[in-house]
Amino acid sequence: MEVILSHYYDIAAVLLFGIGFFTLLLNRNLIKKIIGLNIMDTSIFLFLTSKGYIFGRVAPIVQEGITEVQAYINPVPSGLVLTGIVVSVSVSAFSLALVQRLYKKYKTIYLDEILVLAKKEEE
Amino acid sequence: MPFVYNMPFFSILICMIGGVVTPFFRNRRIVQIVNTFILVAVFTMSLVLLITLLTAGESFTYMMGHFPAPWGNELRAGPLEALLALVFSIVMFLSLVGGMRGINIDIRATRVSLYYTMMNFLLSSMLALIYTNDIFTAYVFIEINTICACAIVMAKDIGMTVVATIRYLLMSLLGSGFFLFGVSMLYAITGHLLMSNIQSAVIELIYTGQYTVPLVTSLGLMVLGLSIKSALYPFHSWLPSAHGSSTTASSAILSGLVLKGYIILLVKIFYRVFTPDILASLHVTDVIFVLGVLGMVMGSVKALKETHVKRMIAYSSVAQIGYIYMGIGLGTQVGIMAACFHILVHAFTKPMLFLAANGLIDASGHQYEMKALRGSARKDILSGIGFTVGSLSMIGIPLFAGFAPKVFLGIGSIESDFHMIVTFLALALSSLLNALYYIPAVIAFWSKPKQQALEIAVKTAKSRRSVCLLCSIGVLIISNIALGIVYSPIMQTITTGLNLLG
Amino acid sequence: MNNTNQNNTQKSGVHPKKPWDIFADWVNGEEPEDKMEKSEQYAVPQETHELHENISAQTVLHSESEHESHEKGHFLLKEYLTKFYKMYFGLSLIVGCVVVGILIYAVCTLPGYGLAENPTNNEVAQKYLEEGLEDTGAVNSVAGMILDYRAFDTFGESTVLFVAVAAVIMLMKRSMNKKNEARERLVAHEITIDKKDPNLVLKYSAVVLVPLTILFGIYVVLNGHISPGGGFSGGAIIGAGLMLYALAFGHDKISKVIHYRSFTMITGCALLTYAGCKAYSFYTGANHIGGGIPKGVPGAILSGGFILPLNICVGIIVALTMYGFYSLFSKGDL
Repeated sequence: MEVILSHYYDIAAVLLFGIGFFTLLLNRNLIKKIIGLNIMDTSIFLFLTSKGYIFGRVAPIVQEGITEVQAYINPVPSGLVLTGIVVSVSVSAFSLALVQRLYKKYKTIYLDEILVLAKKEEE
Repeated sequence: MPFVYNMPFFSILICMIGGVVTPFFRNRRIVQIVNTFILVAVFTMSLVLLITLLTAGESFTYMMGHFPAPWGNELRAGPLEALLALVFSIVMFLSLVGGMRGINIDIRATRVSLYYTMMNFLLSSMLALIYTNDIFTAYVFIEINTICACAIVMAKDIGMTVVATIRYLLMSLLGSGFFLFGVSMLYAITGHLLMSNIQSAVIELIYTGQYTVPLVTSLGLMVLGLSIKSALYPFHSWLPSAHGSSTTASSAILSGLVLKGYIILLVKIFYRVFTPDILASLHVTDVIFVLGVLGMVMGSVKALKETHVKRMIAYSSVAQIGYIYMGIGLGTQVGIMAACFHILVHAFTKPMLFLAANGLIDASGHQYEMKALRGSARKDILSGIGFTVGSLSMIGIPLFAGFAPKVFLGIGSIESDFHMIVTFLALALSSLLNALYYIPAVIAFWSKPKQQALEIAVKTAKSRRSVCLLCSIGVLIISNIALGIVYSPIMQTITTGLNLLG
Repeated sequence: MNNTNQNNTQKSGVHPKKPWDIFADWVNGEEPEDKMEKSEQYAVPQETHELHENISAQTVLHSESEHESHEKGHFLLKEYLTKFYKMYFGLSLIVGCVVVGILIYAVCTLPGYGLAENPTNNEVAQKYLEEGLEDTGAVNSVAGMILDYRAFDTFGESTVLFVAVAAVIMLMKRSMNKKNEARERLVAHEITIDKKDPNLVLKYSAVVLVPLTILFGIYVVLNGHISPGGGFSGGAIIGAGLMLYALAFGHDKISKVIHYRSFTMITGCALLTYAGCKAYSFYTGANHIGGGIPKGVPGAILSGGFILPLNICVGIIVALTMYGFYSLFSKGDL
């Protein structure tokens, strides 16, 4: 119990990761798969952000010239998450564009149907 | 600091700038000239760097900015990295030149400049993966690599390639997700992102016995992510369609180079973050060994069933990736040397196979099935020779490039009895299987075509044979045989590089 | 969706061609619009039956299935796929559960949440906070970190955006896919409909909101080094403003300014400026040639060395990229 209380962010992140992972694996709908991927990414960002927080400290923007490390939280994870979010946005846009293209071509967004249709087309 | 030490940074930067500038131009020729210029520049810089580092016998870290080690980003270069950068630029150049006709046919004229943009960024990201000393930078460039690799698959805009691209993209992103989780977990327990600093922190953690479970988990996640992206056996399902359906230059580059970038990153993580001793004590190498052996056998079995020639070659890549992972999984210095050497061999052989197959396909009137390609080598002799040399090399006939790594894999496995038995069995079985699907194909290509095929051939006999294709296949054949005969200096370079890497 | 339905009704009404001909036409690229409707619409029963069964089996195809030849009959394939799907479903459930279980176990042994003595709070973070003001001149430590200490990552990140937008252009831009002329006409039609029937509420609120949004975005970009925000957040806000403008007033006006040529030029030049600034500072830093540029007074708008210009570059890239995504997705052109 104590472990859960001291790690609730991490556990929530892993559960979200699991949700995203299952969505990615078990859905036939491509858009839902991409949503699953996004949930996975977001869960990692939650995990990473929670690593930067320290109780009782404020955001790392220097105020009134106080530059002591005891005053602020760790700025590194915030920067990494920023990078990660941008990467995730670009990748989502690209995959959604692919889905739109597939939809225009095959009129469906279900991967199994698309595969059947593409196979027929190839023959 | 000698000026030569700027070369890694310059080569990454010039590729990036080239990538940004390329979409400004619409003319196909200008775009190709820019691309060639970049590749030649990278080649020259890597060559100079390689010679300097080899004569000095040293490696160095390059500070990206005004701040030293744990605070800023860093690049790191040694002989191994320089050698790989050199090979990557040569192979990319040859693939693009050889596949130029395919690019002109398969890709719409309006898209060509963006295609070359992707190529430039792809090269920059692979160079960054080779040279980086920072694990989070590696993540960012992995993502660039993913997007570019998917984009060059879908550049040939038919239904099959778009479907293949989305499967490739989804699997790749799953892999990046795992890798990022691994990196963040490693960051949570070590507090560093730079490889050398993580290494000292990890050694301390192992020594004190703290956080062993997260350490192993993060390592597992990173290995899982990278092995999904480099198509290790159970995660290979995206590879055949992506490599089999795209245009020839893309197939050659994806098979020959892109997969290797991730493996190099993995080797760097193994050497520079987790030392080989720690890996052996955690039994990670054993898992990789088993998966590698499985891949060697299963990839060949799948290729045996395949009748589509490009997909057959793609499945053969799965088997060859298995060889590389088996070498890494042996856990010995010689094993990793063999793996690195096999990376080079595969980088030279697979593009040749794809290009030659493309030549044969063209010669027989755009038929992809094995049956239809019967006798095609007689019409396009150099492609036929290229395919034959590539096949013999992949089977592992002496005097061809594929032979030496197999010998070294055998040597590397001697240290432990279990490894030795399994390795020798797997090598024998895999060579046999390789022979089983490559030899009949080669024989069929050289034998007399049937009547029906002749008719098709008459129709397409006028298809122009491109000089570029001939040149690049010729160069690849020569380099392949050269690798097979003069392997010792390259092995020495790799050995020096690996010793400096540790 | 409308488009599909229309085509379907047309198809089921007049259907002189055999599926094979349609298929052949489609392969030849002659009828891009009406190729692959769900096969239920086809008049020939045999084909429909088979494909329908295939789809209703709810199978997930995998590479293993690709050896099966269609000539051997769909029945075998279907059975195989059903079996395979069951196996796949079970397998992925087990694999997923194992992965999540291992991760939860591993995560529970990590250092606790929010403690000051965690390994992450080491000398790296300490230097960023204590000497960041001196080293970079930025009050916002995160901005100082991503644009000065770890600028190479951020350069990669901006490049990811550029690469992604280039890839999306490759996929979606209409002039890149000349085949879809019918679709082009349709989209043009839709756009004109939009023009005739303006949404008054949207238009009038946009008149107020667009300038404010863009102004706020510019403010966030320019103050990135002295307050929360920076190029990425500010750029996203500006991008939202541009999107709102395009929504309310149509693409016509905005695409006179932002078209393919100017789009690649502006983003490319911003990225090149970024690369130039950073190459200078990497080169001087690595070769120890001084090369420091004035940091200014911390807290002033003109401070922080390269951070302000870099933020502006990043802001331009992000804003245009976001708008570019929107424009490419909504009308298939820039």
